[in-house]
Amino acid sequence: MTSEPLVLGIETSCDETGVGIVRGGTLLADAVASSLDEHARFGGVVPEVASRAHLEAMVPALERASREAGVRLDDVDAVAVTSGPGLAGALLVGVASAKALALGLGKPLFGVNHLAAHVAVDTLEHGPLPQPCIALLVSGGHSSLLLVEDVTQTVTPLGATIDDAAGEAFDKVARLLGLPFPGGPYVDRAARTGDPAYVVFPRGLTSPRDLERHRFDFSFSGLKTAVARWVETREREGQPVPVDDVAAAFQEAVCDVLVRKALDACRTHGVNDLLIGGGVAANSRLRAMAEERCGAAGVRVRVPRPKLCTDNGAMVAALGAQMVARGRTPSGLDLLADSSMPVTVVAR
Amino acid sequence: MLLLAFDTATPAVTVALHDGRSVLATSTIVDAMRHGELLAPGIATVLREAGADRSDLTGIAVGVGPGPFTGLRVGLVTARTLGHVLDIPVHGVCTLDVLAAAAEVDEGQVGSFLVATDARRKEVYWARYSDRRTRVDGPHVSRPAEVATPDVVVGRGATLYPDAFPNAAGPLDPSAADLARLVATGSVPVLEPVPLYLRRPDVAEPTARKSVLTAR
Repeated sequence: MTSEPLVLGIETSCDETGVGIVRGGTLLADAVASSLDEHARFGGVVPEVASRAHLEAMVPALERASREAGVRLDDVDAVAVTSGPGLAGALLVGVASAKALALGLGKPLFGVNHLAAHVAVDTLEHGPLPQPCIALLVSGGHSSLLLVEDVTQTVTPLGATIDDAAGEAFDKVARLLGLPFPGGPYVDRAARTGDPAYVVFPRGLTSPRDLERHRFDFSFSGLKTAVARWVETREREGQPVPVDDVAAAFQEAVCDVLVRKALDACRTHGVNDLLIGGGVAANSRLRAMAEERCGAAGVRVRVPRPKLCTDNGAMVAALGAQMVARGRTPSGLDLLADSSMPVTVVAR
Repeated sequence: MLLLAFDTATPAVTVALHDGRSVLATSTIVDAMRHGELLAPGIATVLREAGADRSDLTGIAVGVGPGPFTGLRVGLVTARTLGHVLDIPVHGVCTLDVLAAAAEVDEGQVGSFLVATDARRKEVYWARYSDRRTRVDGPHVSRPAEVATPDVVVGRGATLYPDAFPNAAGPLDPSAADLARLVATGSVPVLEPVPLYLRRPDVAEPTARKSVLTAR
């Protein structure tokens, strides 16, 4: 029996330089270097800072991944890389490095979609994907609902945010509340001791009129502004702002909309499996609420462990391995980084 | 010896292969927006044309700029990754030095000259040379008016700003064939493969929170 393909994956679409190595569905290495600390004082990811950090981190990440996996780069059967969507300059560092690897190793190159990779990564933890499934991808850059029929070629977008990404809303509200960047983990922590019903913040795009046009879309900008108004009004009145309660109420509003729409998508498409991925999938309230409501509705929920939810190279390698296994055509050396690559394009 | 040379610090995506005696193959395409797309196929092309295999390579020479960041990084990450995977040394060379070495000037007559390339944002990357091999000032990034000179100015920067640099000379862009020759013959200062950015990233720290409550 021939062994499963050994695939190396590179991810540089935002601030994480990720190099992962998998053998088929088995994770061998997941080296991630983050430039997050360099962005913290700016309150968000600065593209040029991220791109510079990718260049410096790339070869050390390749070395670390091959050491962790206990394989030589020469042994790799294929190279996969995120070719979009993401920050243009950041993507390009990974794509150029992946091409150099493919050239230097004489192995095929697969340029893959970042969002599809967020779905494919779950195979490393929970085995083959139930397909079709609904995927809810929520991070600092994305908030999407997808119908995944075949993660290597057929992914249909059902909806996405029309303004801020969910993770972005967490960052902005954290800043309002005087919590550090990135906001997600800090809001999550503060919310644990807060009252989610302390204030009822608006649920974006859930009114009957909005649902007609934006049934599976999200909007978090209005929610962020509502929190800002509430906090500022309190401050003007000279009242203290109960950070834990506001964090909990805000988080409740975000999770409520995410889970409600994800479940609606499952029902509408007659799908009984929901996969949640992206950095916001690490949120404890989102996980708990999804499990509770999906359990009641008879929908199975799969959420990879937090380290696989945030951006990493292993997810790219995981999708690459499925491409190889399915005999998909590799990309050419003229592969483009595409910052606005549509999710319908799983591979270039 | 089989040296692979390339530079992506200007609109030219230029690749060459040198065997220690002569340049075996070159590939150059001038397109400021497509470095990421063109470099790897260019490398594959020169290897194929020379009938060489990647495993025959003994070293890499790469232009380290200064140049527009996005394209510059394509060259550097390609060089570093290839050097790592093939376990061969990577030599960095200041891109302006390559242009200076190829300057179409009569050294006896012109004395010192400038090399200037496009830094975008109405600025140029530049350096001053006392002869084709000797950089005496730079590299810097400046507005053309600040470094305007009647002296000979080599490179695309001169033709972009004729008011500041009336005395332009070729070549417009560096060629990897020159880069390869310089490194193969040891006739240029060799640097680490680290980009010469010369500018800090554009960033602003967040300002104080803006009010979301409208005045009533």
